[in-house]
Amino acid sequence: MNIIVCIKQVPGTNEVRIDPTTNTLIREGVESVINPFDMYAIEEAVRTKEKTGGKVTVISMGPPQVDAALREAISMGCDEAILISDRAFAGSDTWATSYTLAMAIKKISSFDVIFCGKQASDGDTAQVGPGISAHLDIPQVAYVKKIEEIKPGFAKVERMTEEGFDIVETPLPALFTVVKEINTPRIPSLKGKMAAKKAQVITWRASDLNANEKFLGLNGSPTQVVKIFTPPPRSGGQVFKGETAEVVDKLIEAIKNELKPKF
Amino acid sequence: MDYLLTEQQVMIRDLARQIAQEKIAPVAAEYDESGKFPWDIVKVIADSDLCGVYIEEKYGGTGGGIMDLVIATEEFSKACGGIALCYAATALGTYPIILYGTDEQKKKYLPDIAKGKKLAAFGLTEAGAGSDAGAVATTAKKQGDYYILNGTKQWITNGGEADIYAVVAVTDKTKGSRGASCFIVEKGTPGFEFGKKENKMGIRASATRELVFNDCKVPKENILGKEGYGFIVAMKTLDKSRPGVAAQALGIAQGALDHAVKYSKERVQFGKPISSFQGIQFMLADMATSIEAARALVYAAARYIDSGAKDISKISAQSKLFASDVAMKVTVDAVQVFGGYGYMKEYPVEKYMRDAKITQIYEGTNQIQRSVIASELIKESLKK
Repeated sequence: MNIIVCIKQVPGTNEVRIDPTTNTLIREGVESVINPFDMYAIEEAVRTKEKTGGKVTVISMGPPQVDAALREAISMGCDEAILISDRAFAGSDTWATSYTLAMAIKKISSFDVIFCGKQASDGDTAQVGPGISAHLDIPQVAYVKKIEEIKPGFAKVERMTEEGFDIVETPLPALFTVVKEINTPRIPSLKGKMAAKKAQVITWRASDLNANEKFLGLNGSPTQVVKIFTPPPRSGGQVFKGETAEVVDKLIEAIKNELKPKF
Repeated sequence: MDYLLTEQQVMIRDLARQIAQEKIAPVAAEYDESGKFPWDIVKVIADSDLCGVYIEEKYGGTGGGIMDLVIATEEFSKACGGIALCYAATALGTYPIILYGTDEQKKKYLPDIAKGKKLAAFGLTEAGAGSDAGAVATTAKKQGDYYILNGTKQWITNGGEADIYAVVAVTDKTKGSRGASCFIVEKGTPGFEFGKKENKMGIRASATRELVFNDCKVPKENILGKEGYGFIVAMKTLDKSRPGVAAQALGIAQGALDHAVKYSKERVQFGKPISSFQGIQFMLADMATSIEAARALVYAAARYIDSGAKDISKISAQSKLFASDVAMKVTVDAVQVFGGYGYMKEYPVEKYMRDAKITQIYEGTNQIQRSVIASELIKESLKK
C-alpha cells in the first residue's frame, strides 16, 4: 500500500512565545522537533507498511529547516520525504495549509491511506488533518486509537471518544488522525539514521503544485488573527463571612449589583 | 569535550543516549530490585541496530570497532550498569569468534548477534580458576567428530540467557596452559545445563550463572582456532574487551556524578543549596576531573586497539584499571554528596556504588591488571 504521513515541525517546548506585534510564533532560540502527535502517525504509518508492504511517503509544509524533521521520519522507517516550501505559503492558516498539503498529495496521486497526528502541539487546532480529507474529498476518521484491520480498499479502526470508542469501517483511500494511545513510537535505528543522512529530500514549490494561487499563504487564509494575548489571571473575588442567612442575603445583593446594566 | 567522534559514532552515541534516558533509566531501579533479565531493553537495543556496532558489515554489523562498543556501553551504563552489561558481555562472548572464527563460523553466528536475536557469553572462570586462569579444570576430550566437555564454569555473565557461548576447556592436560582450547557451545546442546542464578550485590539486572557440562557433545568444527589455542583466544579476547568494562565503569561514574550535581542544586541546608558550599564543590570538581581523565584514557585505548596495533595489553589493562578505580571512588563520593538520602534505595546513587564495585573485580581483578601492566613495562624495557 502507498501510505502518506503528514508531519509538522514545532517548537520543542511547552512555553510557546508569541510576538505581540506580528501575532506569530517566536521560533528563534527554540529547538525544533517533530510535533509529538505526529510521531504516533509516523510510527503507525511504518507499522502499516511493515504489515502490508508498500512504502511510506512523509510530507511536511514549512521552512527549509523542516528538512531535519523529514530526515528524522526517514530514520524511523519512512521511505521518501517531500518538503513543501515556498515564500508563497507563508502565513497559511489551517484552511490554506490543508489545501496546500492536499494539492501536494494529489500530485503524489496514488495513495491508500494518509496518517496525521490528532493536532499540533503549538497551534492545537486539530483542523489540518480533517481539512486535507475535505479538500481531497475522501473519508476521514479522527482520534484513531487502533487499526484493527487494513488492506487495499478497506480499513476497520477504533475511534476514541470521551466515554470509550467507536468501531469505524471505511473504504480506502481515507485519512486517519491518530491519538497517542495508538502506539509507542520507536527509537530510530542506526541503519535508519545512516539512510536518513544520505536520503534525498524532494522540495516542491508553489509552482510545482497544481494549486490555485488565491488559496495559498496569508491571502488564501480566511482566518484573521486580530490579537493573541495571555489572559490576565483571575483576581481574588469577594469572600462573605458570617451567619449563613446573612451571608446569602449579602451574596444575592452583590449579584444583583453585578448584573445591573452598567449604562 | 569534543573527542572527534566520526559521524557514525555520534549517531551511535545519540541513539544509545536516547535509549538510556527514555527506556533504561525509568526501569533501572525495578530491574535492580527484581533481578529479572531485561529482555525488553535488549529488544530495543537490537531494533536500533546497536548490537552489531563492532561487527563487520559482511556479517550483519555496522563495521565499527571497540570504540563504537565503548561509546554505546558508556551511554547505557550512565542509566544502568547492569543492563549495559547484558550488552557488553555479549561482545565479550563474541570476540573469540571475531578474532579466531573461520568464515563459516562467523557466517553462522555473527549475523544473529549483530541483529540482537541472540546474546553471547564467555566461559573461562571456574571455582578454582579465577585470577589463575591456567587452573581451568573443565575438560574436552576428542571422540570422533566431537569433543566431549565435562566440568563447571562459574559466574558466567549472560549465563542461561545467551544462546552462544565461547568456552575454554582443557584438551591436553600435559601441556599446561598450551593444552587448553576454546569452543563455541550453543544453548540447548545435550549435556549443557545451567546452575542457579547468583544473587549479587550489584549489576543485578545482569544474569550470572554456572555453566555445567556433563558429557556435552560439541561438534569438532566448533573449535576456535586450533587445539591448544584456548588461552591465546582468551587473552586476546580480554585485551580487546577490557575497554568495554572500562566504558561500563566510566558510564557508571558519569551517571553518579550527573545525579550528584543535580541533587546538590536541589538540596538546601543552612538556607542555601549545598552546591554553593565549597566542601561539596571540591568533591564534584574532583569527581568530574577524574572521570574526564578516565574517558580520555578509555577512548585512547579503544582507538589504539582499533588502529590494528599489536601491543594492546598494557593500554587495555590501564584503561580498565583506571576507569574502574575512578568509578568506585566517584560513586562512593556521590553517595556522600547525597548524605543520608544517598544511603536510601529510594534515591539512585547507592545502586551506582554497588554496580561500580564489580568493575574492579571482573575481567581480571585490578591487581591482575597491575601485574599485566608491570610485566609489559618490564618486557618493553628489555627491548630497549
